[in-house]
Amino acid sequence: MPRITWICASGREVEAEVAVGRTLMEAARGLGIEGIHSECGGNLACATCHVVVDPARAAALGSPDAMEDDMLDMVDAGREPTSRLSCQLTVTPAFDGLRLTVPGV
Amino acid sequence: MVADIVILGAGQAAVSAIETLRKAGSTAAITLIGDETALPYQRPPLSKAMLKGEVEAATLSLRPQAWYEGVTLRLGVRAERIDRAAACVQLSDGTAVRFDRLLLCTGSQARRLPSGIGGTLAGVLSLRGLGDAVALRGALAGARRLAVIGGGYVGLEVAAVARGLGLEVTLVEAGARILNRVACAETAALLRARHRAEGVRIIEGCGVSRILGETRAQGVELDDGTVVPADLVLVGIGAVAGDALAAAAGLATRNGILVDGFCATEDPRIFAAGDCATFPLGGVPGRLESVQNAIDQAACAAQNMLGASVAYAPVPWFWSDQYDLKLQIAGIGTGADRIVTCAGKRAGAVSHWYYAGDRLCAVDAVSDPAMHMLARRFLAAGSAPAPDAVAEGWQAVMAFSKAPA
Repeated sequence: MPRITWICASGREVEAEVAVGRTLMEAARGLGIEGIHSECGGNLACATCHVVVDPARAAALGSPDAMEDDMLDMVDAGREPTSRLSCQLTVTPAFDGLRLTVPGV
Repeated sequence: MVADIVILGAGQAAVSAIETLRKAGSTAAITLIGDETALPYQRPPLSKAMLKGEVEAATLSLRPQAWYEGVTLRLGVRAERIDRAAACVQLSDGTAVRFDRLLLCTGSQARRLPSGIGGTLAGVLSLRGLGDAVALRGALAGARRLAVIGGGYVGLEVAAVARGLGLEVTLVEAGARILNRVACAETAALLRARHRAEGVRIIEGCGVSRILGETRAQGVELDDGTVVPADLVLVGIGAVAGDALAAAAGLATRNGILVDGFCATEDPRIFAAGDCATFPLGGVPGRLESVQNAIDQAACAAQNMLGASVAYAPVPWFWSDQYDLKLQIAGIGTGADRIVTCAGKRAGAVSHWYYAGDRLCAVDAVSDPAMHMLARRFLAAGSAPAPDAVAEGWQAVMAFSKAPA
């Protein structure tokens, strides 16, 4: 299974294997990653699962669609060039080794 | 010292409370009691993705089993009674659980039609829990004509899904219009138009006199005598607060368990949060049925159970997905005297801003998440663009948000 690392605002790093087909938001919620609240449960309604993707890997994950793009403009922590909502990122084998920064607010 | 915390009701609020208790470093023993056997799960998809068959029950869990380590899970048992004198909750399996602090997050139940007018016939369903969703999904697969009673979120979402599945759908709303309690007339008009364009027949301002059929629903008879033929009826006429146990224990209830601004009942050991709680909302006792409220109020209650004094002052928000429309509502529109329409950046994006004088009360955003997010920020800060600016469109709202305060 692809290995993913979350880097929390506190500096804590969490590395875990995530099954292909799950979203990174679901995985983070299960792991109790600080800063991933996912209030709407992945319905693209709340923008509380914001992550910043390692810039070297961002392009390979595709681009946000229009709704996600609009939501990202409004995230509390401010948008970074490789900001994503992790409920929209469904894990594929290409995600292996991905590092995500979880912005603190 | 709070040694034993009991959470009654295993839903979104319970998960939020556990998370908050842990974050606060509480060492109290936590027991979670719920009458369903499933781990706490997300409800919003029950009327959307779950009905469409896009997700399965197992994926709806809010947290995996392992997350509950250290929490005593008592799932699949019913609480029979709250014994305040003995500080314990008596369960349907004959056991009792003692508490120092008790959090009631007993949710709400679907309001039903009386059996005298056909409310309990086969083929008459409601939608609240996972079991309801599984039953409705199965029934939709075998039905041709659906009658939806009630034009709130649940009714409209189910109507949208059913149309997508190819059913003939009629929706009947007894009130003057759909979304009467929860969105402004402009938003309702937009959704009505979309549902009609998708082929849903919408009848407003007309009540249901009875559901026809001997043992199985065959149609719905309206107050004006019209008969809507149907082989499946979905009743979506609101929810009733789960306040019976609290009331039986002598706690004050008023369309919900009455709590103060700190989520406490009149018994300082007992708190309530989520759908079941009636709390001071904008100066009057109110109740919110939403994910936001379940999460935030339970987090507030959890802190206060540990001795903090955190006041609950939410910016309520809700969402609903129908077809490809995303409706997001922030704030409470009660008391507004005008609605200002704001054109959005993208085709189909529009928001309706509710003002009482110059004070912003609420915003309905349709497929305009950016305006929704900004509205929440404005409502939280108590500072919002003037109605004239909003009327100019999204750029003016954006400019206000970026202007130095």
